[in-house]
Amino acid sequence: MELLEYAIIGGILYGIYFSLIGIGLNLIFGVMRIINLAHGQFIVLGAYAAWLVSRHFGFNPLWGVPTVFVAAIVIGYPLYYAVVPRLQRSGDPEMLSFILFFGVGQMLEALTGLGFGADQRSLPSEALGSGNLGVFGQEFPDSWWWAAGVSIAAIVALWLYFTRTRLGYATRAIMASREEALATGINVNKVSALAFVAGLALAGIAGVFLPYLLGSVSPDLGDSLTTTSFAIVIIGSLGNPLGTIIGGLVFGLGTMLMQTYYSSWSNLVPYVLLLVIVLIRPTGLLGKAVRSV
Amino acid sequence: MLALLIAVFLFLPHVYGNESLLFTLMTFIVLAQGLNLLYGFTGYLPFGYVGFFGCGAYATSLLVLHSGLPVLLCVVGGGLAAVVMGLILGPLLRLSGAYFSIASLAASQILYFVVSNTNLADITGGPYGLKIEQVYAPTASYHTMLAVLVLATALAAYFRVSAFGMGLRATRQDPVSASMVGINIVRARLITWLISAGVAGLAGGAYAWNLSVFYPEAVFTLQISVFAIVFSLFGGVGTVIGPIIGAGVLYSLYSAIGISEPQYFQLIYGGLIVLLVLFMPGGVLSLLTRRGVRVF
Repeated sequence: MELLEYAIIGGILYGIYFSLIGIGLNLIFGVMRIINLAHGQFIVLGAYAAWLVSRHFGFNPLWGVPTVFVAAIVIGYPLYYAVVPRLQRSGDPEMLSFILFFGVGQMLEALTGLGFGADQRSLPSEALGSGNLGVFGQEFPDSWWWAAGVSIAAIVALWLYFTRTRLGYATRAIMASREEALATGINVNKVSALAFVAGLALAGIAGVFLPYLLGSVSPDLGDSLTTTSFAIVIIGSLGNPLGTIIGGLVFGLGTMLMQTYYSSWSNLVPYVLLLVIVLIRPTGLLGKAVRSV
Repeated sequence: MLALLIAVFLFLPHVYGNESLLFTLMTFIVLAQGLNLLYGFTGYLPFGYVGFFGCGAYATSLLVLHSGLPVLLCVVGGGLAAVVMGLILGPLLRLSGAYFSIASLAASQILYFVVSNTNLADITGGPYGLKIEQVYAPTASYHTMLAVLVLATALAAYFRVSAFGMGLRATRQDPVSASMVGINIVRARLITWLISAGVAGLAGGAYAWNLSVFYPEAVFTLQISVFAIVFSLFGGVGTVIGPIIGAGVLYSLYSAIGISEPQYFQLIYGGLIVLLVLFMPGGVLSLLTRRGVRVF
């Protein structure tokens, strides 16, 4: 019973955090129909930003959150205008963006490796509180609670943006139908650029906590993070950012339960979940049937 | 064309001493060509293509260890094992575009984690890999890989000229019209998928024979898929010589700088992919086709 409780509470915390990992990928896909295959590398970049902030300049790693926000604006806008409008004019934006962002990811991975070295890096463990916080007698490190708390805050902020602001309405309109949004006079390019930057910022914020959740970070984590994010996003349903929370929880609980009971097989969880969901319900657990030939 | 390939790779070892480099180059040409069969003619981009390669390598090695058959037959068995794996994964073809790519990647990762799992160490060697050094034969395996290379190129040529390949390309452009003129889309895709899987399996078998000692990472690393994709995109997919040119040029570049400075090489090919997608989706061969040169 003890073990089961530990796995379930841990799985929920882990899952909430992994919703944040996946949500940026999903936001960008939902708005632009573009697959950011460099997503994992952006997350890793966020982790290195936190590492710089805390180890190099001696601040609390939480300052990494505003740092990656600024970085996302600085990187995101030029990147958006350099590639996205061009991709959307092409014949098959989904597949071409897939390949293109794969290239972007490779470049980012190489640059991270050149800039920070291939070693694994960790963050000071006491910075987010060195204690453990318990629920129902199960204790988890404070950094996990921080990660889950910031994830919830970021997801709530995204939800408020969607439901309370004019730009958020416009974003949802584009997600529903790009052509009709264009026809009603929404500046699709401007709104999409904002969503693109927000997607990168969410990835970066998730990255700040990555060294705590995984123990350490290294430049080559990107691809497996992208695949995991993909699994989470597809479980939730591609194109519906808030569905990602469900994906994250399914993934988190699944991983934690496997780690508790069959730990040597737990690294299979995201891939098996992905395959099963994609084959049984390609539109995700919450998705509407939208698949064509 | 085929004769030229054979001549080049039979002659090169005599003038260039590093035979293992030539062997790896052939391996990548085969993989780029095998990927080209699927991606160039059906538009399905398998990120997990390496799964078939690893599957072939492991099946071949296990056959060598346990069956006592001649090694060549074991390599063929490796190819068949990959085809069987392709049949099992056949339902993936119901997915389209990015879903297919990611799902095939997931499948290859599952294979890797299963094969390298310590619980299966008695059968697959787990993380320590397999050893078949009793059949180590660099020259024979070199010639086997050359034969696989010729086979892959011949298949691409067949796809390029036959009605079957024409039907595939029609399907890629407009599946609905293609099915209306009587092309059995599902069957044609599945056949291509299995052929492509078999090519990778044969390559994996010959590769395992040549190495004769390997870890699971060596035959399941995502980098193999990545190279196959980049090489064939660079040359130009849907052609016969595109993947050969792409693999030839880029692998030479890789062996010149990639081994000592892998990160600079990664930066370069990442940049190459971006530029190719934005400016040259048809690969370098499209420079010729745009000027009216017919490319085979």
